[in-house]
Order: sequence, then C-alpha cells, then structure tokens
Amino acid sequence: MQFLIGILAGLTAALGLGGGFILVIYLTTIAGMDQLQSQGINLLFFLPIAILALFIHAKNKMLDWKVLLPAVLAGVFGAGAGFFLSGWMETQWLSKCFAGFIFLVGCKELFHRKQKQPRQADPGQKT
Amino acid sequence: MQDAGQTLETRSAPKNSKWKYMLLGLAAGILNGLFGAGGGVIVVPLLEKFGLDAKRAHATSIAVIFPLSLLSAALYLWRGDLQFTEAFGYIPGGLIGAAGGALLLKKISNDWLRRIFGAIIILSAVRILLR
Repeated sequence: MQFLIGILAGLTAALGLGGGFILVIYLTTIAGMDQLQSQGINLLFFLPIAILALFIHAKNKMLDWKVLLPAVLAGVFGAGAGFFLSGWMETQWLSKCFAGFIFLVGCKELFHRKQKQPRQADPGQKT
Repeated sequence: MQDAGQTLETRSAPKNSKWKYMLLGLAAGILNGLFGAGGGVIVVPLLEKFGLDAKRAHATSIAVIFPLSLLSAALYLWRGDLQFTEAFGYIPGGLIGAAGGALLLKKISNDWLRRIFGAIIILSAVRILLR
C-alpha cells in the first residue's frame, strides 16, 4: 500500500500538482496520523522525489532558470520568517484564509478559457 | 513582452522581472515556513500570470519549492517536530511515480494540467476549511 501511494504521490509531485495532497490525505485519513506529523513526512518524502523530477525536467528543458535565483533567494528568507512566525502565532485562522484564497485560484484554473492552438507570436507583440 | 518566435505552448518568462520573482519567492517561502507546505500553490498561478505556459510553470515551481522544502525540513527537524523514518516506506514508489510524472509532463496539454491542478487545489481548500 505504501508503495502504491508512493507512486501516486510521486507522479502528482513531479507534475507540479502537489503530491502532498495525496500523501497527507492518506496519512491522516487511513494511516491515522495527525496533520503535523503527516506534513512532516510529506515534506521529507518530497525531497528525493523533487531531485529526480527536476533532473528529468531540466533534461526536457522545462525549467525557467531566470526565475530561480531571485525567487529562491527571497524564498529562503521568507521560509525562515514563516517558520519563526509559526512558532508563536496561531496559524489556524490564517490557514482558513489561505484555503479561501486557493479555492478561488482553483476555480479560476479549473474553469479557465481554453487556450488557442499554438501559434507563432508576432515579434514584439504585447500579450 | 514575449520573445519573438515563442509559441503559446512554450512561453517562458520575461527577463526583466527580477522583483516580481523575488516577491513570488518571498510569498512561497512565508507560506512554506508557516504551514510546512503550500508554497507551490501560489507559485504556479503567479508564474502563469508572469507569462509562463502551464507546463513550464509547473516544472519551475518544483525547482522554486525544492530548496524551500529542504530548509523547512531542516528547521522542523532541528525543532524536533519531525519523525522522518516513516517517510522512507513511500520513497521507492515515489521515485517510480516521479519518473513517470516528469515524462508525462512533456505530453500532457497545458489546458488539462490547469484543470487537474484547479480540481486538486479546490479539494485541498475544502479540506482545510472543513478541518
């Protein structure tokens, strides 16, 4: 069972769909773990999975390197700040606000208008 | 502005948006630090907003989140909140799934990727709201 869940979670993680969704739900509802412990296991699970997925994505030229350096530098700073905030702050109401927000993002992605067929963009055209 | 000759299926990011990328990273980092996960949910739609196609946005989001997850994991381990041995059982299957998923990303259409992503994060949101 762990093997199958691993495959599913790895598959979604490599597609950038958040493999945590599957693993955390499995751990909390079927394996009976608490939320924090499940998140921790998911976090550690993600690391080797991400290394393999990124290796393949880089080979397939799917990564946008321009984005990475500034985003990661600022992100490391943000992660440190978020971690220390979580130590003395009640995050429950915050997570509900966040859920409301991602619900809207999800609706937007789910019901987005279909993209036109790929075409050559006009040089210099603003989109 | 798009680079000349790019198609909608393979749009990459504009070059002069360093501040935007830093803001994106900061937001993802704070979310990851606060909740232990979830930063990726914001990275994908923001990258799409900045002009990347869905596939590139999804692949790049993993690269943004990976170092942040590494840091989060280290911080949580240091605080003693994490038991990591139980993750090991899932990793062999996970690696097989990861290889399959990474290869699938090349084939899947941007539209379907966005729809599936939308459905998954709606379900995640409902789950958090009902908790």
